[in-house]
Amino acid sequence: MATLEIKNLHAKVAEDDGETILRGVDLEVKSGEIHALMGPNGSGKSTTSKVIAGHPAYEVTDGEILLHLEDDEFGDDVEIPEDKRTWNLLDLEPNERAALGIFLGFQYPAEIEGVTMTNFLRTALNAKLEEREELFEGDEDEEAEEEESGYETSPMEGPADEGEIGVAEFQQLLKEKMELLDMDEKFAQRYLNAGFSGGEKKQNEVLQAAILEPSIAVLDEIDSGLDIDRLQDVSNGINALRDEQGTGILQITHYQRILEYVEPDHVHIMLDGEIAKSGDASLAEQLEDEGYDWVREEVYGTA
Amino acid sequence: MSSDQNHLKETDTEARFEFKKEQNSSFQAEKGLTEETIRVISEDKDEPEWMLKRRLRALKQFQKMPMPTDWPGQPDLSEVDVNEIVPYIRPDVETRGSVDDWTDLPDEIKDTFDKLGIPEAEKNALSGVGAQYESEVVYQNMQERWQDKGVVFMNMDQAVQEHEDLVKEYFMTKCVPPSDNKFAALHGAIWSGGSFVYVPEDTTVDMPVQAYFRMNSEGMGQFEHTLIIAEEGSEVHYIEGCSAPKYSAFNLHSGGVEVFVGEDAHVQYSTVQNWSKNTYNLNTKRAIVEKNGRMEWISGSMGSKATMLYPATILKGRGASDNHITIAFAGEGQNIDTGAKVYHNAPDTKSTIESKSISKDGGRTNYRGLVHISDGARNSSTAVECDALMFDNESTSDTMPYMEINESTVDVAHEATVGKIGDEDIFYLQSRGLDDDDAKQMIVSGFIEPITEELPIEYAVELNRLVELEMEGSLG
Ligand SMILES: Nc1ncnc2c1ncn2[C@@H]1O[C@H](COP(=O)(O)OP(=O)(O)OP(=O)(O)O)[C@@H](O)[C@H]1O
Ligand SMILES: [Mg+2]
Repeated sequence: MATLEIKNLHAKVAEDDGETILRGVDLEVKSGEIHALMGPNGSGKSTTSKVIAGHPAYEVTDGEILLHLEDDEFGDDVEIPEDKRTWNLLDLEPNERAALGIFLGFQYPAEIEGVTMTNFLRTALNAKLEEREELFEGDEDEEAEEEESGYETSPMEGPADEGEIGVAEFQQLLKEKMELLDMDEKFAQRYLNAGFSGGEKKQNEVLQAAILEPSIAVLDEIDSGLDIDRLQDVSNGINALRDEQGTGILQITHYQRILEYVEPDHVHIMLDGEIAKSGDASLAEQLEDEGYDWVREEVYGTA
Repeated sequence: MSSDQNHLKETDTEARFEFKKEQNSSFQAEKGLTEETIRVISEDKDEPEWMLKRRLRALKQFQKMPMPTDWPGQPDLSEVDVNEIVPYIRPDVETRGSVDDWTDLPDEIKDTFDKLGIPEAEKNALSGVGAQYESEVVYQNMQERWQDKGVVFMNMDQAVQEHEDLVKEYFMTKCVPPSDNKFAALHGAIWSGGSFVYVPEDTTVDMPVQAYFRMNSEGMGQFEHTLIIAEEGSEVHYIEGCSAPKYSAFNLHSGGVEVFVGEDAHVQYSTVQNWSKNTYNLNTKRAIVEKNGRMEWISGSMGSKATMLYPATILKGRGASDNHITIAFAGEGQNIDTGAKVYHNAPDTKSTIESKSISKDGGRTNYRGLVHISDGARNSSTAVECDALMFDNESTSDTMPYMEINESTVDVAHEATVGKIGDEDIFYLQSRGLDDDDAKQMIVSGFIEPITEELPIEYAVELNRLVELEMEGSLG
């Protein structure tokens, strides 16, 4: 079990006189739960997701983001000592947060030329496992594994002798996950997001989550730009994350449609950098019918 | 003396050198470049009279020509004083010529090559190794089946003796005359070592020919000459790799490469260079391509204090084509000035130039290129793409892609991008578990991937490894 706990989060753009965007966000997402985060354009949803992941463009001015892990969160291979069950994410680098099981599916994923999906994902998975080990083992032998580099296979595949997951094992894993998402095999050898269509990129975000097996996945508008069939595939992928890996999902969306496939346990509405209202799945249906004005009215007394 | 030079003197401590070996050479020329020096070199090599004459003429040209100083953004060459360089040092091998068995090499040389991975290259059944230790080829090995086909791959000095007619006809005559530029003239006067490759008509050399050499003596220049003659319908891939260790006194490398690509022949010339950070790397490389022939230049320029390198191709025959792929990396205190030159002198000729450069910690890279399309070179086409990636605001990158188009029915395409490494890209990779350094590393290796994918695997690996080390700042 893992719990992401966001308390009174305030954040501004990390510049002198940077604009304040988040004004006290409170949110709690637990393993196995599905939360939908909705709200008008510019209300701060993407910013929330990026601050969770540790984007350097934002500065947190108040509040906390905590991650609570129970002993069994990473299965039998990693033992989590008592004093390492609660982490203050704001003290950690983005890759350390990833190692603890935070995943961000981007609204606008980056395109990285020249790096194959296979190379990227295997490197990321191994980096994550290694970092996780370091975080839980403490500092004793941090430097020990340095300097045993060198390639045996093509550098396009990445260094073969590095990391826990070898090339062959990884390829099998990748193949399975791609089938689950109904993705064409050829994507494995394509460069990361380079020239991917909008929908393909979104599908790829879910594929990455499937491979990295996060504890908590924040998915920013994963449904926008998806055609009807892909929306199904992607939804299956998200449900599988929850059902098979127990991932807690925070799903940012504008539309009811995906929520029909990925049924939320909780729906939150963000207005002007705060969670203005929370409810169950019916809240999303109401928004679909009535828009946001009534929420504003309820919260501020005016539309 | 400039303060920079003082600094170089100050850091003159043995302890810092990684691979440095004791100098143990049987012959060392007097310091200073004089006619007398040239005569001694030539005599020691037992060269024919005509070669001595060419050397002396080149020396005169060198002495007359001015140092290039007024190119925009060019490296500062004011510290280059050739009189300071002992131009010729022969490693102390027992026999006077080259050895052709690894076990015959002196231990210290083996040791140095071990660190550079030569035995691995050998193990991997590469087809031949010509390794230049200091100024001389000491290790040559060629597979028998080449000999059966009439393919020649030997030390350039040896070729002067054994293939005199060919060398006399082609050596610095039609391709790179000493008058080409000041450093070509210098090269013509004091060249030493290098490779001679001859591929007869309709012969395909199916494995790459490799020469791997490095400088290993303080204050010494490296002036190897490579001459490749690919006859009609032949095909060969030549690979040159250099990696120099750290030194405190300044070094000059001024190589010369001449390639003759016959009708329907195909030559690929690949280089991975990593000179020590005080080396001035000033080269002249040129190919002449006959009808329907094809020339490919692939170069990775790493290390050196300053590099000036613009491999040139002259598309002489109808339908001849050229492909240039270059990558350059400049870190702190480095100015890497590279590019490409192509002369379209016949109809239906084609060229593509792809250049990638990376600058970091105040380093500077320049792309300096020229595409010339002559009047009458109808239906020719050229495509030039240069991309520069900068790591920080202190680093500089300039592109100077000159075009001289004297013919109207041509197709010219040009694209250039200059940009800083993207923060969003780095964050994206970090959010997946890569740390900051690994994320940058991955972006850079992706950026240069178009180059590495063209290289044989060991060289791609080496290039990636060098870039990695450069980025960590662990190459001195
Ligand atoms: N780096 C930044 N610099 C300046 N302003 C920013 C920055 N990031 C976000 N903002 C501003 O903060 C506000 C919230 O942006 P955010 O992207 O979080 O909105 P959102 O709720 O995700 O909207 P949408 O539904 O349109 O995706 C917007 O007004 C945006 O312009
Ligand atoms: Mg958004």
